[in-house]
Amino acid sequence: MPYLPIPLPLPYPESEGFWEGCRRHELTIQACEDCGAYCHPPSPLCPACRSWKRGWSRVSGRGTVAGFTIVTRAIFPGMPVPYNIVRVELQEQQGLCLLGNLIDCPPETIEIGMPVTVVFEDVEPYITMYYFRRTEPDNSGET
Amino acid sequence: MESIKDRYAIVGIGQSPVTLRSGRSELSLALEAVTAAIEDAGLHTKDIDGIMGDHPIRVDAMAIAGALGLRRVGFFIEPEFAGGGVPGGIMHALAGIAAGRAEHVVCYKSLNGASKVTVPGMAFDLAPHENGFTRPFGLLDPAAYAGLAARRHMHEYGTTSRHFGAIAVTCRRHANRNSHAIMHDRPLTLEDHQQSELLADPLRILDRCVDVDGAAACIVTTAERARDLRQRPVYIMAAGQALSPCLARGTKDPTLPENETSLLSRQLFSMAGLTPSDIDVLQICDDFTCYVLMALEDLGFCRKGEGGGFVEGGHLDWPDGKIPLNTSGGNLSEGNLEGFNHIVEGVRQLRGAAQAQVGGAETVLVCGATGTATSGLILRR
Repeated sequence: MPYLPIPLPLPYPESEGFWEGCRRHELTIQACEDCGAYCHPPSPLCPACRSWKRGWSRVSGRGTVAGFTIVTRAIFPGMPVPYNIVRVELQEQQGLCLLGNLIDCPPETIEIGMPVTVVFEDVEPYITMYYFRRTEPDNSGET
Repeated sequence: MESIKDRYAIVGIGQSPVTLRSGRSELSLALEAVTAAIEDAGLHTKDIDGIMGDHPIRVDAMAIAGALGLRRVGFFIEPEFAGGGVPGGIMHALAGIAAGRAEHVVCYKSLNGASKVTVPGMAFDLAPHENGFTRPFGLLDPAAYAGLAARRHMHEYGTTSRHFGAIAVTCRRHANRNSHAIMHDRPLTLEDHQQSELLADPLRILDRCVDVDGAAACIVTTAERARDLRQRPVYIMAAGQALSPCLARGTKDPTLPENETSLLSRQLFSMAGLTPSDIDVLQICDDFTCYVLMALEDLGFCRKGEGGGFVEGGHLDWPDGKIPLNTSGGNLSEGNLEGFNHIVEGVRQLRGAAQAQVGGAETVLVCGATGTATSGLILRR
């Protein structure tokens, strides 16, 4: 099979702020300038209050695994199996979730509720990807 | 707004053989199903004046109009959302008739799912501005999305892979009654399911539908016109579509109280004036076993979180179960026609002409694929 590279994110007007944040190695989530609600994936309009005033806010990068799967059958030649996909709920807002991969974590140890934190990797001159890594529970009282 | 209840009917059905290597074009398969449906209804080709076509990337309405030489087509629609969109496409056909644009609408779907070469991942995209948050992480296939939702359901409610497997076994048992099913004569046990290859943990290869080459079609018209035609009409008591904003955020969270399927359920039962206990046969589009289990909960056939125990109880098995499911084998074992096969089998049940005939079947609920924008129908004799 011919080698096909994994598609990299193509920033759109709404998502540029997110990927700019990744280039600085900061997890930056779209936040409404009127009501403060976070929104991901970013949108031109606030889903909570319909405001058009969209801003960006750096978040902690900490959250918990809300769902996961281990892909075990190759469906894309550029991505060797097995690999995991996780849905991470960020601690800043209930239901605020990012999809991603959990790195340095054996598949059999992944659990829903597991605390994770974001990490970054510069993969191309203009693209920095985010991933998640398992962490110890955050005892600061927020999660 | 007037209700559409009982004002329209399905009057003809047709289906091509399902195979793994047909060597035929999607257009050829579509025409076989379409002409069979026209013949079954006792209509002439020239009577067809409306088309509910396949997804626009496949055999579109223009291709069918051209191939059949249709000169009076005043209405057509090509619904999106694959298996989620098929019953909704029928609803659009009714809207076309109600608008006075057509009288006899032919509806069809045709796939070369087994023999066609497709580019992996390219056929399953969210809106382009969201791809950057899914595809780079390997969410390239519907199985990965279904796996995420399945794992969440297991965590929250104690559902197991064996529960998902029970649905695969039921559909296979029914396919073994259907001499046209791709998995006919291939019995399946729960142990076979448990030993099958993992695809996207917790889902196994036997939790996923079987891609085939094949086509299915039906004809809809007004109830009034239906009474003059060859077959006993199958009336449409309710038709609806539903989507949920949470789906646009990536993956289905089965623990949320409201979703596309629960919204669809409320619409369909309220329009039909029925409750789940009034349904005799269930036809739920089964791309993945886990979504069927979740749909049983969201449609109200069991309570949220209790799908696992429900599917184990034999309620879905022909002939003795309370509400037999996917009596021709469904996408899991008859072959994946994206849920159009579910409509055709629903009509057969209400005509008393199914191979796994449910005794005295008077009502059928057809639910499109869920975990995406979905749609459904309630049919009656």
